[in-house]
Amino acid sequence: MTETMNLSLLNACDHCCTRIEQLSVRLHNQLVLDKVNLHVNCRELLAIVGPNGAGKSTLLKAILGVIPYSGRITWQIRGERQDRPRIGYVPQSLDFDHEAPVSVADLLSCATSRRPVWLGIARRDRQRIDACLAAVSASHLIDKRLGDLSGGELQRVLLCLALTSDPDILLLDEPVAGIDAAGIDLFLRIVKNLRDTLDVAVLLVTHDLLGIAPHANRMLVLNRSVVAEGTPGEVLASQQIAEAFYGSASGKTAPAPGVRS
Amino acid sequence: MTMSFLNHLLTAWHQAVAALPFAWTDYEFMRTALLGIIIVSPLFALVGTMVINNRMAFFSDVLGHSALAGVAIGVLAGLAEPLWAMVGFAALMALSFNLMKLWTGTSSDTLLGVLFSATVSFGIVVLSRNGGFNRFTSYLIGDVLAVTPAHILVLALFFLVVVGFWLLFGNRLVLVSLNPVLAQSRGISSFIMETFFSLLLAMLVTLSIRMVGIIIISALLVLPAAGARNLTHTMCSYSVLAVGISLFSGIAGLIASYYLGTASGATIVLVASGIYVGTAVAGFLRSKRG
Repeated sequence: MTETMNLSLLNACDHCCTRIEQLSVRLHNQLVLDKVNLHVNCRELLAIVGPNGAGKSTLLKAILGVIPYSGRITWQIRGERQDRPRIGYVPQSLDFDHEAPVSVADLLSCATSRRPVWLGIARRDRQRIDACLAAVSASHLIDKRLGDLSGGELQRVLLCLALTSDPDILLLDEPVAGIDAAGIDLFLRIVKNLRDTLDVAVLLVTHDLLGIAPHANRMLVLNRSVVAEGTPGEVLASQQIAEAFYGSASGKTAPAPGVRS
Repeated sequence: MTMSFLNHLLTAWHQAVAALPFAWTDYEFMRTALLGIIIVSPLFALVGTMVINNRMAFFSDVLGHSALAGVAIGVLAGLAEPLWAMVGFAALMALSFNLMKLWTGTSSDTLLGVLFSATVSFGIVVLSRNGGFNRFTSYLIGDVLAVTPAHILVLALFFLVVVGFWLLFGNRLVLVSLNPVLAQSRGISSFIMETFFSLLLAMLVTLSIRMVGIIIISALLVLPAAGARNLTHTMCSYSVLAVGISLFSGIAGLIASYYLGTASGATIVLVASGIYVGTAVAGFLRSKRG
């Protein structure tokens, strides 16, 4: 075994990790993802950044197993190989009917209790739901209708829902798009706290390269295939990100918003 | 053994209702109709809550109208009672609709429009041969009073099927209706849930079409749930209020139709429409104050 293999296979993935090898996805005869390789460890926040249409959400859906793909996804959890990890998923934007008479407690009860929600929520279930909401600073939202929540509140409720499956890996698809600055800050603080306390791996998809950089342990720039990977500092310094975001070899002609020259 | 037990039950029902001090309870057909309404109304309300959540109002209308094609098939097959031909055809249509949606990805609105016109015109073409369509107008406006005890038995069994489905899969239906991918991430197949639900919907619509009529059946599904939605914020209160509205309009509409000498199905729908308008106004006033 060479030293480099030793590094990538054992050290980087010795305890628990998700490893994706040569993952390709073809949708409607178009290659959306081309031989993507990545791994993410527990207690690590890996930010996947890339322009619109780069295949970021598709990657998450492939990991979820809701779309067909070629390649390999393997999991190692607490040192053991697993066929399927428990995944917590927070969708991009919950596209739902805002008039629907579904409360926060209803949503969480539907997903976690066998008791039919239309018969009402049992007191024990309610206490459990309350505890879960407390973990994402959302206890006060328990009786609110989903349609009455702000963007940030809804994302925290969805995060709580994702946590109820006791996940090994959290998939967050553009979780802070369309949320105000205070909401983003609160959300990311909660996610980082969960990452450290629950021993969970976090895969966060975003198009906001600069916004996520201070929060991520590692970053991966995706544009159909992996363009760049490394610590936020390495990725931000990389010339390749300009190409990924602007599609031209010289990123200088079109500076990224917020990039200081 | 069971049959005689059921007969006892039915006799007890008739005796109990006949003892009420109203003129309309003197008639056996009214008492049978009342029983039918009491069984079917909660089903319309429960299934209706999900019809609204899943935006399937047009779909239920198409299922109702497909009953014409079902009757036509029954007539072509020489059946005296086309009930099962209607149920079978509507179920087949619900199934193929879900498969087509899965395979082609066609916008369901277009697909439904095509199914709607194709089945209705097929039904009319077959049933109007030799100018005999008038015989079938009772399917269009329905006749609660033509309900037989055998029909009541079928409805009662179906009642158990729907309630059982709701107990076992109600939570999953809510999740699928909120967001299919979210449901799938928790191991719930939205295709299977939606297919089962539309089969159930197809059966409910066709089993009760004799009572209510093709033209207004989807109104009975939509109105109670839509009215309840105006006033409620949780699934529990939504379901309970919908059942309440549905039962009230069913019973009030039936009795009113007796005194007015009008078609019961349409009278029930009018009562439910009035309640809907009331809830819409109340909901609006409350949101303005809140």
